[in-house]
Amino acid sequence: MSDLFRVEGLVKSFGGLAVSNNITLAMKPGERLALIGPNGAGKTTFVNLVTGLLKPDAGRVHLGSEDVTQLGSVRRVRKGLVRTFQVTRLFQEMTPEEHVTLAILQREGKATAILARFLGNPTVSDEVEDVLTVLGLSEVARRPVSEIAYGQQRLLEIAIALALKPNVLLLDEPAAGVPSADTPRIEQALARLPEDLSVLMIEHDMDLVFRFARRVVVLAAGEIIFEGLPSAVAADARVREAYLGSYADARRVA
Amino acid sequence: MTQSAPLPATVAASFGKRHPLRDLAGFAAIILAGAAGYFLFPDNLALLTRIIAVALLVLSLDLVTGYCGVASLGQATMFGAGAYAAGFACVHGGVTEPLTLVLVGAIAGAAAGLVMGAIMLRAHGLAQLVLSIAIVQLGHEAANKFSSYTGGSDGLAGLSVSPLFGVFEFDLWGRTAYLFGLVLLVVVFALLRFVVSSPFGVLCRGIRQDPVRVKAMGASVFPVMLKMFVISGAVAGVGGALAAISTQVVGLDSISFELSANALVMLVLGGLGSLYGALIGAVIFMGFEHTVSAYNPFHWLTMVGALLVAVVLVAPGGLASLLDKVPGLGRREGGKP
Repeated sequence: MSDLFRVEGLVKSFGGLAVSNNITLAMKPGERLALIGPNGAGKTTFVNLVTGLLKPDAGRVHLGSEDVTQLGSVRRVRKGLVRTFQVTRLFQEMTPEEHVTLAILQREGKATAILARFLGNPTVSDEVEDVLTVLGLSEVARRPVSEIAYGQQRLLEIAIALALKPNVLLLDEPAAGVPSADTPRIEQALARLPEDLSVLMIEHDMDLVFRFARRVVVLAAGEIIFEGLPSAVAADARVREAYLGSYADARRVA
Repeated sequence: MTQSAPLPATVAASFGKRHPLRDLAGFAAIILAGAAGYFLFPDNLALLTRIIAVALLVLSLDLVTGYCGVASLGQATMFGAGAYAAGFACVHGGVTEPLTLVLVGAIAGAAAGLVMGAIMLRAHGLAQLVLSIAIVQLGHEAANKFSSYTGGSDGLAGLSVSPLFGVFEFDLWGRTAYLFGLVLLVVVFALLRFVVSSPFGVLCRGIRQDPVRVKAMGASVFPVMLKMFVISGAVAGVGGALAAISTQVVGLDSISFELSANALVMLVLGGLGSLYGALIGAVIFMGFEHTVSAYNPFHWLTMVGALLVAVVLVAPGGLASLLDKVPGLGRREGGKP
Protein backbone atom coordinates (compact mmCIF):
# COMPACT_ATOMS: atom_id res chain seq x y z
CA MET A 1 0.00 0.00 0.00
CA SER A 2 1.42 3.39 -0.96
CA ASP A 3 2.03 6.13 1.58
CA LEU A 4 -0.83 8.57 2.16
CA PHE A 5 1.40 11.04 3.93
CA ARG A 6 5.17 11.40 3.87
CA VAL A 7 7.74 13.90 5.13
CA GLU A 8 11.35 13.71 4.02
CA GLY A 9 14.33 15.33 5.68
CA LEU A 10 12.36 18.01 7.49
CA VAL A 11 14.73 20.57 8.99
CA LYS A 12 13.90 23.64 11.07
CA SER A 13 16.05 25.75 13.37
CA PHE A 14 15.21 28.73 15.56
CA GLY A 15 18.43 30.69 15.86
CA GLY A 16 21.04 28.04 16.54
CA LEU A 17 18.57 25.56 18.01
CA ALA A 18 17.53 22.69 15.76
CA VAL A 19 13.90 21.88 16.57
CA SER A 20 13.43 19.54 13.63
CA ASN A 21 16.53 17.67 12.59
CA ASN A 22 16.13 15.73 9.36
CA ILE A 23 12.81 14.10 10.24
CA THR A 24 11.54 11.50 7.78
CA LEU A 25 8.21 9.82 8.39
CA ALA A 26 5.49 8.14 6.37
CA MET A 27 1.95 6.96 7.07
CA LYS A 28 -0.29 4.45 5.32
CA PRO A 29 -4.05 4.89 4.91
CA GLY A 30 -5.89 4.06 8.13
CA GLU A 31 -2.72 4.05 10.22
CA ARG A 32 -2.77 4.98 13.93
CA LEU A 33 0.55 6.56 14.81
CA ALA A 34 1.58 8.19 18.09
CA LEU A 35 4.32 10.79 18.21
CA ILE A 36 5.72 11.08 21.70
CA GLY A 37 8.68 12.72 23.33
CA PRO A 38 9.66 14.88 26.30
CA ASN A 39 8.64 18.51 26.52
CA GLY A 40 10.58 20.59 24.02
CA ALA A 41 11.28 17.62 21.76
CA GLY A 42 9.76 19.46 18.79
CA LYS A 43 6.46 17.62 18.47
CA THR A 44 4.19 20.64 18.03
CA THR A 45 6.80 22.28 15.80
CA PHE A 46 6.64 19.16 13.66
CA VAL A 47 2.86 19.53 13.34
CA ASN A 48 3.25 23.23 12.53
CA LEU A 49 5.80 22.40 9.84
CA VAL A 50 3.67 19.67 8.34
CA THR A 51 0.49 21.78 8.30
CA GLY A 52 2.23 24.83 6.85
CA LEU A 53 2.02 27.17 9.83
CA LEU A 54 5.82 27.13 9.84
CA LYS A 55 8.08 27.05 6.80
CA PRO A 56 10.82 24.41 6.95
CA ASP A 57 14.46 25.28 6.29
CA ALA A 58 14.72 22.09 4.24
CA GLY A 59 12.74 18.95 3.46
CA ARG A 60 9.54 17.99 1.67
CA VAL A 61 5.98 17.21 2.71
CA HIS A 62 3.92 14.91 0.49
CA LEU A 63 0.21 14.26 0.64
CA GLY A 64 -0.51 11.24 -1.49
CA SER A 65 1.51 11.70 -4.65
CA GLU A 66 1.50 15.50 -4.38
CA ASP A 67 4.31 17.61 -2.97
CA VAL A 68 2.56 20.19 -0.76
CA THR A 69 5.70 21.78 0.70
CA GLN A 70 5.11 25.08 -1.08
CA LEU A 71 1.41 25.24 -0.31
CA GLY A 72 0.06 27.41 2.50
CA SER A 73 -1.78 26.01 5.50
CA VAL A 74 -5.23 26.74 4.08
CA ARG A 75 -4.64 24.81 0.86
CA ARG A 76 -3.19 21.85 2.77
CA VAL A 77 -6.39 21.68 4.81
CA ARG A 78 -8.42 21.68 1.61
CA LYS A 79 -6.34 18.78 0.39
CA GLY A 80 -7.24 16.77 3.49
CA LEU A 81 -4.45 17.50 5.97
CA VAL A 82 -6.25 18.61 9.12
CA ARG A 83 -5.08 19.26 12.67
CA THR A 84 -6.35 19.95 16.16
CA PHE A 85 -4.56 22.27 18.56
CA GLN A 86 -2.68 21.52 21.77
CA VAL A 87 -4.28 24.57 23.37
CA THR A 88 -7.94 24.64 22.37
CA ARG A 89 -8.70 27.20 19.68
CA LEU A 90 -12.44 27.68 19.49
CA PHE A 91 -14.81 30.60 18.96
CA GLN A 92 -15.93 31.30 22.51
CA GLU A 93 -19.20 33.00 21.49
CA MET A 94 -20.27 30.23 19.14
CA THR A 95 -21.93 26.93 19.87
CA PRO A 96 -20.65 23.47 18.92
CA GLU A 97 -23.47 23.35 16.37
CA GLU A 98 -22.17 26.54 14.76
CA HIS A 99 -18.57 25.35 14.77
CA VAL A 100 -19.37 22.10 13.03
CA THR A 101 -21.80 23.76 10.62
CA LEU A 102 -19.13 26.26 9.64
CA ALA A 103 -16.61 23.47 9.10
CA ILE A 104 -19.02 21.52 6.87
CA LEU A 105 -19.94 24.61 4.85
CA GLN A 106 -16.26 25.43 4.46
CA ARG A 107 -15.53 21.90 3.27
CA GLU A 108 -18.27 22.26 0.67
CA GLY A 109 -17.06 25.69 -0.44
CA LYS A 110 -20.19 27.43 0.86
CA ALA A 111 -18.78 29.25 3.89
CA THR A 112 -18.44 32.57 2.07
CA ALA A 113 -21.98 32.58 0.70
CA ILE A 114 -23.95 35.72 1.47
CA LEU A 115 -27.24 34.75 -0.13
CA ALA A 116 -27.74 31.70 2.03
CA ARG A 117 -28.83 30.78 5.51
CA PHE A 118 -26.18 29.61 7.93
CA LEU A 119 -28.39 27.20 9.85
CA GLY A 120 -31.36 25.34 8.50
CA ASN A 121 -29.98 23.40 5.54
CA PRO A 122 -31.42 19.93 6.28
CA THR A 123 -28.49 18.00 4.77
CA VAL A 124 -25.94 20.01 6.71
CA SER A 125 -28.01 19.86 9.90
CA ASP A 126 -28.20 16.08 9.67
CA GLU A 127 -24.45 15.81 9.28
CA VAL A 128 -23.87 18.22 12.17
CA GLU A 129 -26.16 16.11 14.28
CA ASP A 130 -24.27 12.95 13.33
CA VAL A 131 -20.86 14.40 14.12
CA LEU A 132 -21.92 15.88 17.46
CA THR A 133 -23.75 12.73 18.50
CA VAL A 134 -20.79 10.48 17.74
CA LEU A 135 -18.62 12.69 19.91
CA GLY A 136 -21.19 12.91 22.69
CA LEU A 137 -21.73 16.64 22.27
CA SER A 138 -25.40 16.73 21.33
CA GLU A 139 -26.50 17.82 24.81
CA VAL A 140 -24.37 20.96 24.58
CA ALA A 141 -24.87 21.54 20.86
CA ARG A 142 -26.48 24.94 21.32
CA ARG A 143 -24.51 26.24 24.25
CA PRO A 144 -21.72 28.77 23.78
CA VAL A 145 -18.31 27.16 23.94
CA SER A 146 -17.44 29.40 26.88
CA GLU A 147 -20.09 27.55 28.91
CA ILE A 148 -19.11 23.96 28.17
CA ALA A 149 -16.55 21.82 30.02
CA TYR A 150 -12.95 21.75 28.84
CA GLY A 151 -13.16 18.05 28.02
CA GLN A 152 -16.11 18.79 25.75
CA GLN A 153 -14.12 21.58 24.11
CA ARG A 154 -11.37 19.07 23.34
CA LEU A 155 -13.98 16.79 21.78
CA LEU A 156 -15.30 19.71 19.76
CA GLU A 157 -11.81 20.25 18.34
CA ILE A 158 -11.97 16.67 17.05
CA ALA A 159 -15.55 17.18 15.80
CA ILE A 160 -14.50 20.18 13.73
CA ALA A 161 -11.61 18.23 12.26
CA LEU A 162 -13.86 15.28 11.38
CA ALA A 163 -16.42 17.60 9.78
CA LEU A 164 -13.69 18.62 7.33
CA LYS A 165 -13.47 14.95 6.23
CA PRO A 166 -9.67 14.76 6.33
CA ASN A 167 -7.43 12.10 4.84
CA VAL A 168 -4.79 12.70 7.48
CA LEU A 169 -5.65 13.92 10.97
CA LEU A 170 -3.01 15.36 13.28
CA LEU A 171 -4.17 15.38 16.90
CA ASP A 172 -2.00 17.59 19.08
CA GLU A 173 -2.44 16.28 22.63
CA PRO A 174 -6.21 15.68 22.47
CA ALA A 175 -6.35 14.79 26.18
CA ALA A 176 -4.21 17.68 27.40
CA GLY A 177 -5.82 19.46 30.34
CA VAL A 178 -8.75 17.06 30.42
CA PRO A 179 -9.67 15.80 33.90
CA SER A 180 -8.82 12.09 34.25
CA ALA A 181 -12.51 11.28 34.75
CA ASP A 182 -13.22 12.62 31.26
CA THR A 183 -10.29 10.94 29.49
CA PRO A 184 -12.39 7.84 28.64
CA ARG A 185 -14.69 10.10 26.58
CA ILE A 186 -11.72 11.24 24.53
CA GLU A 187 -10.60 7.64 24.16
CA GLN A 188 -14.06 6.56 23.02
CA ALA A 189 -14.07 9.36 20.45
CA LEU A 190 -10.68 8.24 19.16
CA ALA A 191 -11.88 4.64 18.94
CA ARG A 192 -14.77 5.77 16.74
CA LEU A 193 -12.65 7.63 14.20
CA PRO A 194 -13.24 6.41 10.63
CA GLU A 195 -11.09 3.37 9.92
CA ASP A 196 -9.71 4.68 6.64
CA LEU A 197 -8.51 7.90 8.27
CA SER A 198 -4.76 8.14 8.97
CA VAL A 199 -4.23 9.58 12.43
CA LEU A 200 -1.06 10.93 13.96
CA MET A 201 -1.49 11.69 17.64
CA ILE A 202 0.83 13.61 19.93
CA GLU A 203 0.08 12.71 23.52
CA HIS A 204 1.69 12.56 26.94
CA ASP A 205 -0.84 10.16 28.44
CA MET A 206 1.02 6.89 27.83
CA ASP A 207 -1.93 4.66 28.67
CA LEU A 208 -3.89 6.44 25.96
CA VAL A 209 -0.96 6.17 23.55
CA PHE A 210 -0.52 2.47 24.09
CA ARG A 211 -4.21 1.73 23.64
CA PHE A 212 -4.58 3.92 20.57
CA ALA A 213 -1.42 3.54 18.51
CA ARG A 214 -0.25 0.64 16.39
CA ARG A 215 3.06 2.36 15.80
CA VAL A 216 4.99 4.78 17.97
CA VAL A 217 7.58 7.36 16.96
CA VAL A 218 9.69 8.96 19.67
CA LEU A 219 11.12 12.41 19.13
CA ALA A 220 13.89 13.91 21.25
CA ALA A 221 15.71 17.18 20.55
CA GLY A 222 14.15 17.34 17.11
CA GLU A 223 15.29 13.86 16.06
CA ILE A 224 13.49 10.56 15.72
CA ILE A 225 15.18 8.18 18.19
CA PHE A 226 12.71 5.31 17.97
CA GLU A 227 10.12 4.02 15.53
CA GLY A 228 8.29 0.75 16.13
CA LEU A 229 5.59 -1.12 17.97
CA PRO A 230 4.14 0.27 21.18
CA SER A 231 5.14 -2.90 22.98
CA ALA A 232 8.80 -2.28 22.15
CA VAL A 233 9.07 1.38 23.01
CA ALA A 234 9.42 1.00 26.77
CA ALA A 235 12.24 -1.48 26.33
CA ASP A 236 14.33 0.73 24.07
CA ALA A 237 17.37 2.04 25.88
CA ARG A 238 17.54 5.39 24.09
CA VAL A 239 13.91 6.06 24.75
CA ARG A 240 14.23 5.12 28.39
CA GLU A 241 17.18 7.43 28.67
CA ALA A 242 15.54 10.33 26.83
CA TYR A 243 12.03 10.17 28.04
CA LEU A 244 10.39 7.11 29.45
CA GLY A 245 12.70 6.14 32.27
CA SER A 246 10.57 7.10 35.17
CA TYR A 247 7.42 5.90 33.46
CA ALA A 248 8.90 2.47 32.62
CA ASP A 249 10.15 2.10 36.16
CA ALA A 250 6.78 3.03 37.52
CA ARG A 251 5.07 0.45 35.34
CA ARG A 252 7.51 -2.25 36.49
CA VAL A 253 6.93 -1.45 40.13
CA ALA A 254 3.19 -1.45 39.62
CA MET B 1 -19.47 7.88 11.78
CA THR B 2 -22.47 5.69 11.27
CA GLN B 3 -23.21 4.90 14.88
CA SER B 4 -25.08 8.09 15.63
CA ALA B 5 -28.12 7.89 17.82
CA PRO B 6 -30.91 10.46 17.52
CA LEU B 7 -30.31 13.66 19.43
CA PRO B 8 -32.41 14.29 22.50
CA ALA B 9 -35.77 15.61 21.34
CA THR B 10 -35.30 19.07 22.80
CA VAL B 11 -31.97 19.48 21.08
CA ALA B 12 -32.98 17.93 17.78
CA ALA B 13 -36.04 20.15 17.60
CA SER B 14 -33.93 23.25 17.96
CA PHE B 15 -31.34 22.34 15.35
CA GLY B 16 -31.26 24.74 12.45
CA LYS B 17 -33.97 26.97 13.79
CA ARG B 18 -33.69 30.71 14.23
CA HIS B 19 -35.36 33.08 16.62
CA PRO B 20 -37.13 35.79 14.62
CA LEU B 21 -38.71 37.62 17.56
CA ARG B 22 -35.71 39.87 18.04
CA ASP B 23 -35.62 40.72 14.32
CA LEU B 24 -39.31 41.55 14.18
CA ALA B 25 -39.14 43.64 17.34
CA GLY B 26 -36.07 45.40 16.00
CA PHE B 27 -37.65 46.33 12.67
CA ALA B 28 -40.84 47.45 14.42
CA ALA B 29 -38.78 49.61 16.79
CA ILE B 30 -36.85 51.27 13.94
CA ILE B 31 -40.01 52.06 11.98
CA LEU B 32 -41.88 53.27 15.07
CA ALA B 33 -38.96 55.42 16.18
CA GLY B 34 -38.69 56.82 12.67
CA ALA B 35 -42.40 57.64 12.55
CA ALA B 36 -42.26 59.16 16.04
CA GLY B 37 -39.35 61.36 14.96
CA TYR B 38 -41.30 62.55 11.95
CA PHE B 39 -44.32 63.61 14.00
CA LEU B 40 -42.61 64.73 17.23
CA PHE B 41 -39.81 66.77 15.71
CA PRO B 42 -41.19 68.25 12.49
CA ASP B 43 -38.82 71.21 12.78
CA ASN B 44 -35.73 69.05 13.20
CA LEU B 45 -36.05 66.69 10.24
CA ALA B 46 -32.73 67.87 8.80
CA LEU B 47 -30.99 66.79 11.99
CA LEU B 48 -32.84 63.47 12.01
CA THR B 49 -31.84 62.86 8.38
CA ARG B 50 -28.23 63.63 9.32
CA ILE B 51 -28.54 61.08 12.15
CA ILE B 52 -29.74 58.46 9.67
CA ALA B 53 -26.82 59.19 7.33
CA VAL B 54 -24.34 58.90 10.20
CA ALA B 55 -26.13 55.78 11.48
CA LEU B 56 -25.38 54.21 8.08
CA LEU B 57 -21.73 55.15 8.57
CA VAL B 58 -21.69 53.59 12.05
CA LEU B 59 -23.39 50.45 10.68
CA SER B 60 -20.66 50.21 8.06
CA LEU B 61 -18.00 50.58 10.74
CA ASP B 62 -19.65 47.84 12.76
CA LEU B 63 -19.21 45.45 9.84
CA VAL B 64 -15.42 45.78 9.83
CA THR B 65 -14.84 46.52 13.52
CA GLY B 66 -17.61 44.66 15.29
CA TYR B 67 -17.84 41.64 13.00
CA CYS B 68 -14.28 41.34 11.65
CA GLY B 69 -12.29 42.86 14.51
CA VAL B 70 -10.54 45.52 12.41
CA ALA B 71 -10.51 48.81 14.33
CA SER B 72 -10.67 51.82 12.03
CA LEU B 73 -10.41 55.55 12.55
CA GLY B 74 -10.80 56.26 8.86
CA GLN B 75 -14.26 54.98 8.06
CA ALA B 76 -15.37 58.41 6.85
CA THR B 77 -13.19 57.81 3.77
CA MET B 78 -15.95 55.59 2.38
CA PHE B 79 -18.69 57.94 3.57
CA GLY B 80 -16.93 60.87 1.93
CA ALA B 81 -16.34 58.87 -1.27
CA GLY B 82 -20.07 58.23 -1.49
CA ALA B 83 -20.94 61.84 -0.73
CA TYR B 84 -18.49 63.33 -3.23
CA ALA B 85 -19.36 60.78 -5.92
CA ALA B 86 -23.05 61.60 -5.59
CA GLY B 87 -22.16 65.30 -5.57
CA PHE B 88 -19.98 64.99 -8.70
CA ALA B 89 -22.60 62.97 -10.49
CA CYS B 90 -25.21 65.61 -9.70
CA VAL B 91 -23.23 68.82 -10.16
CA HIS B 92 -20.83 67.80 -12.95
CA GLY B 93 -22.56 64.75 -14.43
CA GLY B 94 -26.10 66.01 -14.62
CA VAL B 95 -27.49 63.02 -12.74
CA THR B 96 -30.34 64.25 -10.58
CA GLU B 97 -32.44 61.14 -9.95
CA PRO B 98 -32.04 60.42 -6.19
CA LEU B 99 -32.00 56.62 -6.35
CA THR B 100 -29.32 56.75 -9.05
CA LEU B 101 -27.31 59.11 -6.87
CA VAL B 102 -27.57 56.68 -3.97
CA LEU B 103 -26.38 53.90 -6.28
CA VAL B 104 -23.45 56.05 -7.40
CA GLY B 105 -22.61 56.71 -3.75
CA ALA B 106 -22.78 53.00 -2.92
CA ILE B 107 -20.47 52.08 -5.81
CA ALA B 108 -17.97 54.80 -4.92
CA GLY B 109 -18.07 53.76 -1.26
CA ALA B 110 -17.55 50.12 -2.24
CA ALA B 111 -14.56 51.10 -4.40
CA ALA B 112 -13.12 53.10 -1.50
CA GLY B 113 -13.72 50.10 0.75
CA LEU B 114 -11.86 47.86 -1.69
CA VAL B 115 -8.83 50.16 -1.73
CA MET B 116 -8.94 50.78 2.00
CA GLY B 117 -9.28 47.09 2.80
CA ALA B 118 -6.50 46.11 0.41
CA ILE B 119 -4.19 48.53 2.22
CA MET B 120 -5.31 48.07 5.82
CA LEU B 121 -5.44 44.29 5.74
CA ARG B 122 -1.69 44.18 5.03
CA ALA B 123 -1.10 45.33 8.59
CA HIS B 124 -2.31 44.34 12.04
CA GLY B 125 -3.18 46.00 15.34
CA LEU B 126 -1.97 49.53 15.92
CA ALA B 127 -0.29 49.76 12.51
CA GLN B 128 -3.66 48.99 10.96
CA LEU B 129 -5.31 51.73 13.01
CA VAL B 130 -2.65 54.25 12.01
CA LEU B 131 -3.09 53.28 8.36
CA SER B 132 -6.80 54.02 8.61
CA ILE B 133 -6.03 57.49 9.97
CA ALA B 134 -3.51 58.08 7.20
CA ILE B 135 -6.01 57.07 4.54
CA VAL B 136 -8.77 59.38 5.75
CA GLN B 137 -6.29 62.26 6.10
CA LEU B 138 -5.09 61.64 2.54
CA GLY B 139 -8.69 61.61 1.33
CA HIS B 140 -9.41 64.81 3.24
CA GLU B 141 -6.34 66.50 1.82
CA ALA B 142 -7.15 65.36 -1.71
CA ALA B 143 -10.68 66.77 -1.41
CA ASN B 144 -9.18 70.02 -0.16
CA LYS B 145 -6.52 70.29 -2.89
CA PHE B 146 -8.78 69.53 -5.83
CA SER B 147 -10.99 72.45 -4.94
CA SER B 148 -11.89 73.18 -8.54
CA TYR B 149 -13.84 69.92 -8.50
CA THR B 150 -14.76 69.57 -4.83
CA GLY B 151 -15.20 73.17 -3.80
CA GLY B 152 -12.43 72.68 -1.23
CA SER B 153 -13.24 74.12 2.16
CA ASP B 154 -16.32 75.85 0.74
CA GLY B 155 -17.81 72.48 -0.10
CA LEU B 156 -19.30 71.08 -3.28
CA ALA B 157 -22.49 73.07 -3.54
CA GLY B 158 -25.29 73.33 -6.05
CA LEU B 159 -26.75 69.84 -5.94
CA SER B 160 -30.17 69.97 -7.51
CA VAL B 161 -31.97 66.70 -6.97
CA SER B 162 -35.08 65.68 -8.93
CA PRO B 163 -38.26 64.68 -7.13
CA LEU B 164 -38.23 61.11 -5.88
CA PHE B 165 -40.02 58.89 -8.43
CA GLY B 166 -40.79 62.16 -10.24
CA VAL B 167 -43.39 62.94 -7.59
CA PHE B 168 -41.95 63.73 -4.17
CA GLU B 169 -40.01 67.02 -4.13
CA PHE B 170 -37.11 67.40 -1.73
CA ASP B 171 -38.83 70.16 0.19
CA LEU B 172 -37.43 72.91 2.37
CA TRP B 173 -38.59 71.21 5.59
CA GLY B 174 -36.74 68.01 4.73
CA ARG B 175 -39.77 65.74 4.91
CA THR B 176 -39.02 63.85 1.70
CA ALA B 177 -35.32 63.58 2.53
CA TYR B 178 -36.12 62.21 5.98
CA LEU B 179 -38.61 59.61 4.79
CA PHE B 180 -36.30 58.69 1.93
CA GLY B 181 -33.46 58.24 4.44
CA LEU B 182 -35.65 56.22 6.77
CA VAL B 183 -36.63 53.82 3.99
CA LEU B 184 -32.97 53.52 2.93
CA LEU B 185 -31.98 52.75 6.51
CA VAL B 186 -34.62 50.04 6.91
CA VAL B 187 -33.69 48.43 3.58
CA VAL B 188 -29.96 48.54 4.32
CA PHE B 189 -30.54 47.25 7.85
CA ALA B 190 -32.61 44.33 6.54
CA LEU B 191 -29.93 43.46 4.00
CA LEU B 192 -27.22 43.63 6.65
CA ARG B 193 -29.21 41.38 8.98
CA PHE B 194 -29.15 38.89 6.15
CA VAL B 195 -25.42 39.36 5.57
CA VAL B 196 -24.38 38.94 9.21
CA SER B 197 -26.60 35.88 9.60
CA SER B 198 -25.27 34.22 6.44
CA PRO B 199 -22.38 31.72 6.38
CA PHE B 200 -20.19 34.64 5.30
CA GLY B 201 -21.23 36.69 8.34
CA VAL B 202 -20.58 33.81 10.72
CA LEU B 203 -17.19 33.23 9.10
CA CYS B 204 -16.35 36.90 9.73
CA ARG B 205 -17.27 36.47 13.37
CA GLY B 206 -14.95 33.49 13.45
CA ILE B 207 -12.14 35.51 11.94
CA ARG B 208 -12.62 38.19 14.58
CA GLN B 209 -12.34 35.63 17.35
CA ASP B 210 -9.52 33.47 16.02
CA PRO B 211 -8.17 33.75 12.48
CA VAL B 212 -5.77 30.83 13.06
CA ARG B 213 -8.71 28.55 13.81
CA VAL B 214 -10.47 29.77 10.67
CA LYS B 215 -7.40 28.96 8.58
CA ALA B 216 -7.23 25.53 10.21
CA MET B 217 -10.74 24.99 8.83
CA GLY B 218 -9.40 25.67 5.35
CA ALA B 219 -10.82 29.18 4.94
CA SER B 220 -8.76 32.07 3.59
CA VAL B 221 -8.99 35.14 5.80
CA PHE B 222 -7.90 37.98 3.48
CA PRO B 223 -10.53 37.68 0.71
CA VAL B 224 -13.31 37.26 3.25
CA MET B 225 -12.34 40.42 5.10
CA LEU B 226 -11.81 42.32 1.87
CA LYS B 227 -15.32 41.38 0.82
CA MET B 228 -16.63 42.76 4.10
CA PHE B 229 -14.71 45.99 3.50
CA VAL B 230 -16.43 46.34 0.12
CA ILE B 231 -19.88 45.75 1.65
CA SER B 232 -19.03 48.16 4.44
CA GLY B 233 -17.90 50.74 1.89
CA ALA B 234 -21.16 50.42 -0.02
CA VAL B 235 -23.18 51.02 3.16
CA ALA B 236 -21.07 54.03 4.15
CA GLY B 237 -21.36 55.31 0.57
CA VAL B 238 -25.15 55.16 0.79
CA GLY B 239 -24.92 57.22 3.97
CA GLY B 240 -22.67 59.74 2.26
CA ALA B 241 -24.97 60.00 -0.75
CA LEU B 242 -27.96 60.50 1.55
CA ALA B 243 -26.12 63.31 3.36
CA ALA B 244 -25.30 64.93 0.01
CA ILE B 245 -28.85 64.63 -1.29
CA SER B 246 -30.46 65.92 1.89
CA THR B 247 -28.16 68.92 2.47
CA GLN B 248 -27.45 69.56 -1.25
CA VAL B 249 -23.84 70.28 -0.35
CA VAL B 250 -20.79 68.08 0.33
CA GLY B 251 -18.29 69.47 2.79
CA LEU B 252 -14.79 68.43 3.80
CA ASP B 253 -16.20 67.26 7.13
CA SER B 254 -17.75 64.30 5.32
CA ILE B 255 -14.28 62.82 4.78
CA SER B 256 -12.64 63.72 8.06
CA PHE B 257 -10.81 62.09 10.92
CA GLU B 258 -13.26 63.74 13.32
CA LEU B 259 -16.27 62.08 11.74
CA SER B 260 -14.42 58.75 11.68
CA ALA B 261 -13.53 59.05 15.36
CA ASN B 262 -17.06 60.08 16.29
CA ALA B 263 -18.40 57.05 14.41
CA LEU B 264 -16.14 54.77 16.46
CA VAL B 265 -17.28 56.44 19.68
CA MET B 266 -20.93 55.96 18.63
CA LEU B 267 -20.26 52.31 17.89
CA VAL B 268 -18.64 51.69 21.26
CA LEU B 269 -21.47 53.58 22.94
CA GLY B 270 -24.10 51.44 21.21
CA GLY B 271 -22.21 48.16 21.27
CA LEU B 272 -19.87 46.43 18.84
CA GLY B 273 -20.88 43.40 16.84
CA SER B 274 -24.59 44.19 17.01
CA LEU B 275 -26.27 46.13 14.22
CA TYR B 276 -28.74 47.46 16.76
CA GLY B 277 -25.85 48.85 18.76
CA ALA B 278 -24.70 50.90 15.78
CA LEU B 279 -28.15 52.45 15.44
CA ILE B 280 -28.61 53.08 19.13
CA GLY B 281 -25.14 54.58 19.45
CA ALA B 282 -25.67 56.98 16.54
CA VAL B 283 -29.09 58.14 17.76
CA ILE B 284 -28.10 58.56 21.41
CA PHE B 285 -24.77 60.26 20.68
CA MET B 286 -26.09 62.72 18.11
CA GLY B 287 -29.33 63.37 19.95
CA PHE B 288 -27.46 63.97 23.20
CA GLU B 289 -24.88 66.14 21.45
CA HIS B 290 -27.61 68.26 19.85
CA THR B 291 -29.62 68.66 23.05
CA VAL B 292 -26.70 69.36 25.36
CA SER B 293 -24.93 71.74 23.00
CA ALA B 294 -28.14 73.81 22.80
CA TYR B 295 -28.51 73.75 26.57
CA ASN B 296 -24.89 74.64 27.33
CA PRO B 297 -22.82 75.71 24.32
CA PHE B 298 -19.63 75.97 26.42
CA HIS B 299 -19.49 72.69 28.33
CA TRP B 300 -21.46 70.31 26.17
CA LEU B 301 -18.39 68.26 25.26
CA THR B 302 -17.80 67.64 28.98
CA MET B 303 -21.31 66.28 29.27
CA VAL B 304 -20.84 64.05 26.23
CA GLY B 305 -17.66 62.75 27.85
CA ALA B 306 -19.52 62.10 31.10
CA LEU B 307 -22.18 60.15 29.19
CA LEU B 308 -19.51 57.97 27.60
CA VAL B 309 -17.86 57.27 30.95
CA ALA B 310 -21.22 56.40 32.50
CA VAL B 311 -22.15 54.02 29.68
CA VAL B 312 -18.79 52.29 29.71
CA LEU B 313 -19.07 51.76 33.47
CA VAL B 314 -22.72 50.65 33.51
CA ALA B 315 -22.84 48.75 30.21
CA PRO B 316 -19.32 47.88 29.06
CA GLY B 317 -20.78 45.98 26.11
CA GLY B 318 -22.58 49.11 24.92
CA LEU B 319 -26.18 50.21 25.28
CA ALA B 320 -27.41 47.40 23.02
CA SER B 321 -26.16 44.88 25.58
CA LEU B 322 -28.90 46.16 27.90
CA LEU B 323 -31.42 44.77 25.40
CA ASP B 324 -30.12 41.30 26.18
CA LYS B 325 -31.63 41.65 29.63
CA VAL B 326 -35.11 42.16 28.18
CA PRO B 327 -36.97 38.82 28.22
CA GLY B 328 -37.63 37.58 24.71
CA LEU B 329 -35.26 40.04 23.10
CA GLY B 330 -31.99 38.69 24.50
CA ARG B 331 -29.50 37.02 22.26
CA ARG B 332 -30.20 33.35 21.97
CA GLU B 333 -27.99 30.78 23.58
CA GLY B 334 -24.73 31.03 21.77
CA GLY B 335 -24.07 34.71 21.97
CA LYS B 336 -24.52 36.92 18.95
CA PRO B 337 -27.76 37.04 17.03
